[in-house]
Amino acid sequence: MIYFTALFAIVRRELLRFVGQRSRFLSALVRPLIWLVVFAAGFRAALGLSIMPPYQTYITYEVYIVPGLCGMIQLFNGMQSSLSLVYDREMGSMRLLLTSPLPRWWLLLSKIFAGVFVSLLQVYAFLGIAALFGITFPPIGYVFALPVLVCSGLMLGALGLLLSSTIKQLENFAGVMNFVIFPMFFLSTALYPLWKMAEGSPLLRDICAYNPFTHAIELIRFALYGQFNGMALIWVVTSFVVFMIASLWGYNPAKTMTNRKTG
Amino acid sequence: MSKYALSVCDLSYSYATKNALNNVSFDIPTGSFCALLGPNGAGKSTLFSVLTGLVRSPDGAVSVLGHDLASYGRIARKNIGVVFQQPTLDLDVSVRENLLYFAALHGISRRRAKPRITDALDRLSMGERADEKLRNLNGGHRRRMEIARALVHEPSILLLDEPTVGLDHETRQSITQYVHQLCDDGITILWATHLVDEIYPADQMVLLHHGQVLETGQVSDVVGTNDLAHWFSQKTVGA
Repeated sequence: MIYFTALFAIVRRELLRFVGQRSRFLSALVRPLIWLVVFAAGFRAALGLSIMPPYQTYITYEVYIVPGLCGMIQLFNGMQSSLSLVYDREMGSMRLLLTSPLPRWWLLLSKIFAGVFVSLLQVYAFLGIAALFGITFPPIGYVFALPVLVCSGLMLGALGLLLSSTIKQLENFAGVMNFVIFPMFFLSTALYPLWKMAEGSPLLRDICAYNPFTHAIELIRFALYGQFNGMALIWVVTSFVVFMIASLWGYNPAKTMTNRKTG
Repeated sequence: MSKYALSVCDLSYSYATKNALNNVSFDIPTGSFCALLGPNGAGKSTLFSVLTGLVRSPDGAVSVLGHDLASYGRIARKNIGVVFQQPTLDLDVSVRENLLYFAALHGISRRRAKPRITDALDRLSMGERADEKLRNLNGGHRRRMEIARALVHEPSILLLDEPTVGLDHETRQSITQYVHQLCDDGITILWATHLVDEIYPADQMVLLHHGQVLETGQVSDVVGTNDLAHWFSQKTVGA
């Protein structure tokens, strides 16, 4: 029970912070909407999409990129959480968390859960706005998407946690944008399907295929049509476990192997 | 019940090539106020990081109320309250919300935490400011809140790492006095400082310099008839 007391408190705190930062909520929505309204309008004519699972008919480009934009929201949210972890560490509040008597893995997992919860609010708000633009999915898809978004959010949150454990200063975080967020997003199926990428470069296609973010998006894409993509789930869960273990190692108090008795 | 609330034995810790703690050993009797006196860079904050489990030392042992910190870290941390040098509370959340959050990190539900928070704030004469955002409080009040926060889970040991840094003389005195009084409730205090006017003759003291313990014992016994400020500078300047 005390585990859940801590979990709810961490989620509540993250939610209070999120509510207090209206600009964060707005930017989380504006970013994918620009892609949906502006980018997709321009690329609609340039990118012809053939029928492929989970689609059973030709679709417009706007429909294609919505799952990718859901993933984008979670990707940015994961990185935002990681940024706040680095900030917390610099400001000292991370110390509070880590001196709690609860196990460190649970506290860090709770932190990720809190980020996922916030990202779910953002994704469903985005899906609601997309519906206003006429981009809708089967009703069951919105239900199926929930557990899937939790999985993808956990994976991206764990990646953010891993990054925060390796970043020493807040200033270094700008590099994350260039070396993590952009490559992860553009080298995925968020904006174009794999077969389209293969036409341009088989190597890039292979890189996309090994990108965990690609599988998170495909998991979301299938779920939005009430379908299940087992392979994508395996990729996402495996990536989550790997990122989580690595980040726990990063936050391990015994990790500082510079400790040496010299005297 | 153990005679010593906190025992540190042969503790060493290094950052890369810098030796921050070197065979540090001392004991703090239960219910006493112990000043961890040392100039800047003596290793006080590093010692606090080890005592709170933030970092782990490969050498030496720490015992909290008879529980080994390495083997029973959770039990040990449950009994420790800590006020770090850096502020740890969220400025954009109310005092009460901050304390509720911290209580939850110790597994204390909101229902159980609320009376404890009211009590802790009242004792620091801060009850009427409980619903204010921390950002609206001055430095002295924020430090009081940090102390209230560290007491919410009713710890047996309170660690304070230079808690009066940056505060005016009057506020420093008032906080120092309040923390001394906590010993009457059986709480053991470890107070890191480099300001000798925060230490009373009846206090216990550990003098730390260059990561080594130079002196330990009751202040009046260790210093004798010397002036504490003079004695401290003699021991540490140029040593």
